[in-house]
Amino acid sequence: MKYSAFNLARNALAQHKLWPLAWRDPEPKAAYDVIIIGGGGHGLATAYYLASEHGITNVAVLEKGWIGGGNTGRNTTIVRSNYLLGPNAQLYEKALQLWEGLSADLNYNVMFSQRGVLNLCHSDAQRDAYARRGNAMRLNGIDSEWLERDRISQMVPLLDCSEDARFPVVGGLMQRRGGTARHDAVAWGFARAANARGVDIIQNCEVTGFRREGNRVVGVETTRGTIAAPKIGMAVAGHTGQVAAMAGLRMPIESHVLQAMVSEPLKPVLDTVVTFGAGHFYVSQSDKGELVLGGDLDFYPSYAQRGNLPIVEEVLACLLQLFPCFSRVRMLRHWGGVMDMTMDGSPIIGKTPLDGLYLNGGWCYGGFKATPGSGWVFAHTIAQDRPHALNEALALDRFDRGCSLDEKGAGPVPKLH
Amino acid sequence: MLIRCPWCGDRDIAEFTYGRDAAARPADTAEVPDQVFVDYVFLRDNPRGRTAEHWQHTGGCRAWIRVERDTLTHEVYATALAQTAGETS
Repeated sequence: MKYSAFNLARNALAQHKLWPLAWRDPEPKAAYDVIIIGGGGHGLATAYYLASEHGITNVAVLEKGWIGGGNTGRNTTIVRSNYLLGPNAQLYEKALQLWEGLSADLNYNVMFSQRGVLNLCHSDAQRDAYARRGNAMRLNGIDSEWLERDRISQMVPLLDCSEDARFPVVGGLMQRRGGTARHDAVAWGFARAANARGVDIIQNCEVTGFRREGNRVVGVETTRGTIAAPKIGMAVAGHTGQVAAMAGLRMPIESHVLQAMVSEPLKPVLDTVVTFGAGHFYVSQSDKGELVLGGDLDFYPSYAQRGNLPIVEEVLACLLQLFPCFSRVRMLRHWGGVMDMTMDGSPIIGKTPLDGLYLNGGWCYGGFKATPGSGWVFAHTIAQDRPHALNEALALDRFDRGCSLDEKGAGPVPKLH
Repeated sequence: MLIRCPWCGDRDIAEFTYGRDAAARPADTAEVPDQVFVDYVFLRDNPRGRTAEHWQHTGGCRAWIRVERDTLTHEVYATALAQTAGETS
């Protein structure tokens, strides 16, 4: 049933008893044309674009838990495409363009809000670096705007723009087309739209191994039986190393925990996304009124999907640097998710050394914003058995070839990206 | 989380800096094929569970330490000086 004002009114009159399930709960079939491992945003988006762009509808999405229960529901919901390097900028910009039409495309309100993403800078050197990135973005056709401190002070009145701050704000780089989206709705919207095109979404189905014939992958072993398919895509970021190991592959990835937290709901106080340049910190206000906060990794490998107090302290210290007025705000929830941290800080989307096995992972801090673009290029890669121009540079073998995509120039040290 | 530094005893994890896994560095750059070094530099086993790593006690004696711990539970099983274990980082 299409979601529309008419159907809402009709169902309201029927006391909302007529709404059909948003997606089916099918038993897995013995074989599919394509299997996607991982029912997060990226996997579901891939299945949706396989069906809608490439006409491949005999697809199963296998999810070990429930859809959107992993990193899709654990991120800080920020969407932006303010990258320096061409391949990253182009991929994230493709994603941003898809975000702009996503609610209409999926017939599902993903609550995409282009409230802008403001990167604050706090030194002359940082201003130079931001100017360089802003100019690179504009050369790539992406919107970017330099704002002086006075302008920022007017836009974000609660921000401490005084000279008394420990790291006074010099200015900021603004991407007005950036913003936030409701992360659960993204998973649900893609799931519903994929389901409507014939995709089987199979939850509580954990992949435990691969079936191979020589160098070709021909199916997966799961907790719900063996399922065959000539093409299998992995979209399990956070646990890419674990799933790839079942296929005998080692990955250029370390898994690290990244924490986030939200405050109690407040009245509207912050209508843009603000990032701190003198530390690693980002804050926005959700539509529910909670301040959504995130910071750094713990800086050591971890699969613990939980948080700890040192990071809470660090993140809140950054918050109060920027917004001293929030010092009495109480925190409500706090959690951790597992990130695939790659050797150059950029994602990996493409083919693997095994025929029929495709990889989408290595999203580091930044997977959520890429969701539609990631699914779009991954669907193309799987359907055509070759990468799209937008993900050619994100190939797994780029490290062997000396073609790392290192935005920060930090080298092969995953925790630093 | 506490890590036992062989010199300084049980210290808070905030005093330590993680280096990388305790994979053995290929011996001789001249004779070892490039691919061996590519694998050493870029690829990881990345286990979910027990693992061995190199950490440095940066907020203390600055010794490099081999730490055996669990990446899922964060339990620390054993520590030793990396030098003593015949490893450098």
